[in-house]
Amino acid sequence: MKKVFINGCGVISAQKTFDNKAFLEEVITYNDRVMPVVNPVYKDFISGGAARRMALGVKMGVVASNLAMQDAQLDSVDAIITGTGMGCLIDSEKFLSKLIDNNEEFLTPTSFIQSTHNTVGGQIALGIQCKGYNFTYVHSGASFESALLDAQLQLSSGEEENILVGGVDENAPHTLEIHKLIRFVKEENTDTSSLLESNTSGAIFGEGAGFFTLSTKEQESSYAQVIAVETLNTLSKENLEERIISFLEENGSNVSEIDAVILGNNGDVDFDRYYNLLSEGVFANTQQVYYKHLCGEYNTASSFGFWLGAKILKTQSIPEVVKLNKKQTSTLKTILLYNQYRGENHSFTLLKQC
Amino acid sequence: MNKGVAITGMGIISAIGNNVEENYSSLISGNKGISRISKINTIHKNAIMVGEIAFTNKELEEQLGISPDNNYSRTALIGLVAAKEAIKDANILDIAAYKTGLISATSVGGMDMTEKYYYDYLESDAHRKYIEGHHAGDSTQKIAEELGVKESLVTTISTACSSAANAIMYGARLIKSGKLDRVVVGGADCLSKFTINGFKTLMILSDTYNTPFDENRKGLNLGEAAAFLVLESDALVAKENKKVLAYVKGYGNANDAYHQTASSENGDGATLAMEKALKVANLRPEAIDYINAHGTATGNNDLSEGRAILRVFKDAVPDFSSTKPYTGHTLAAAGGIEAVYSILALQNNVVFPNLNFTTPMKEFAIRPQVEIKEKELNTVLSNSLGFGGNCSTVIFSK
Repeated sequence: MKKVFINGCGVISAQKTFDNKAFLEEVITYNDRVMPVVNPVYKDFISGGAARRMALGVKMGVVASNLAMQDAQLDSVDAIITGTGMGCLIDSEKFLSKLIDNNEEFLTPTSFIQSTHNTVGGQIALGIQCKGYNFTYVHSGASFESALLDAQLQLSSGEEENILVGGVDENAPHTLEIHKLIRFVKEENTDTSSLLESNTSGAIFGEGAGFFTLSTKEQESSYAQVIAVETLNTLSKENLEERIISFLEENGSNVSEIDAVILGNNGDVDFDRYYNLLSEGVFANTQQVYYKHLCGEYNTASSFGFWLGAKILKTQSIPEVVKLNKKQTSTLKTILLYNQYRGENHSFTLLKQC
Repeated sequence: MNKGVAITGMGIISAIGNNVEENYSSLISGNKGISRISKINTIHKNAIMVGEIAFTNKELEEQLGISPDNNYSRTALIGLVAAKEAIKDANILDIAAYKTGLISATSVGGMDMTEKYYYDYLESDAHRKYIEGHHAGDSTQKIAEELGVKESLVTTISTACSSAANAIMYGARLIKSGKLDRVVVGGADCLSKFTINGFKTLMILSDTYNTPFDENRKGLNLGEAAAFLVLESDALVAKENKKVLAYVKGYGNANDAYHQTASSENGDGATLAMEKALKVANLRPEAIDYINAHGTATGNNDLSEGRAILRVFKDAVPDFSSTKPYTGHTLAAAGGIEAVYSILALQNNVVFPNLNFTTPMKEFAIRPQVEIKEKELNTVLSNSLGFGGNCSTVIFSK
């Protein structure tokens, strides 16, 4: 079994994360129901014409993957594996609204073509002329982890050497509106600096892209090692601790070895209980970290958490703004990530210092 | 020796039948499932032909015994029918007895309900239950729940028209790596106005029966279908003394990296996918007895795929046919239903005919098998090629 290293990151989010030299020194707070992304200058990466034709998700995906490859000093990869929970919403809505408004007449193919779930993966491949394996996982809150698991399997078995893996989701007006109606989005504007005290239902929605180059070879730019990933379609609160303990054991670790646990709390009073069970239970004495007050909730928001874990291990520092409690940590060697969305699609990811 | 990953069950619902037996019977008797559309009120109904599943949503709900207040899309309904048949066929009585996962594939997801209630959602709460059912993973979660797959690896792949082939490929890799003992793999896609109009704007919908690999082909017929296979580890097969229908012997996925929707002129991606699959199977091209081609009957696909087949098989192209004249192009499900057809071909030693073919293409000399042909089959190769340059090949063997 070969080791799997995170060698490059590219993250576009509601914070200025596209700058790989920075690490949340400056943080933007929001008082809203939805967070936008801080955009890089897309034209620095994509020609003006192409950038205009691309919806935000495709642009974010293409540029984030570009940044991740630059960070790892790679010109090409063997495979591209993308996760997206909702796919290309902007173009889907464009095509569908026109279809309904004009009773199926006067339609043009552009937005239909770009509405396909694998548009981002296809466009990245086209851009870097990668003819290798190209998969897109579309499984709600486990989309990014599904992609990560696939990449980890292929790298550890030695089938491939360098894989670009990422998660991307974009917001679109109609989808946001109807998710407000069913209260998946919080009903009130909420201050992100006190997100977990909101005590209300729903989440602050966000969007973003997080791409990473994973490799079997360690190099100077390496951030961390990916030890294991597991996704579970369902998980009862009663079984949560037990499943985490067995996940750690299966991968040669244990609770006391975890130096920090990164949790996907999104301030939704109906579903944060899962995280609270851990922070009050098995990880009560562990440094706890959270991040959705920085990036919002979207199906692939956990790619932000993955970046955070990688960055913490590389820099050996935890920014104050993501600390959920205060514990003394000397060296940071092992990090566990746990995420779920609305009580479904749970994932555990184990990272280790290189 | 690489025997491959065992397939111990299969299930299908398509325009030519509601289960495996009905599909086989239509395949050997040459019964097409292509007709005018009856269940979607589209302005294109007299300009297109489709492969529609006979049952209405209400009939499917009743058969499945789902309560009327459910929020199933048609994708989830047909997916569940096929997945249940596969589980029954594999004679699985206790799904929790082994580590079992589910990998499904869809491109449409819950779009059928979204397009129906798009503005209605804003006006009234009558149908808002379907909002949660829009995303592509929803039908997979529902199928897993109904099958009793809990606290396990469940995911969804969406790579356009190669999706279900990729679900089979990933499932096979999960079994090989020991991550799972058993996995249900396949895909489901229902018809929707969204896809009908999308393909209409691309001007690749035929106004009559689709004619793959024919010089005068006019485009594809859309279809709806779902199909699932059960893959099991060798250890499980031995322990339970399971009957093996066939093996997933090889697989390959490659990207054309040419254009978002069109295939490259010489089928680079398809060539790479077939070559990779042969390599994984550790087979030489001459070992392939039959190719179930993607063969959508669009000008672009059949030329590109035909050239790719020639590049891989040179002057010894085996019998090949596209079964899309029977079912229409069922998008994300196509790789699943054609996997079932490939297994049926192996089990019955029969090459299914490429219906509706009359005139050979002028670009090359190869011709599809147009009559039903009985011969000993040991290895079948199935292609699925999609938008985003996504090209997949799966090889099945006895």
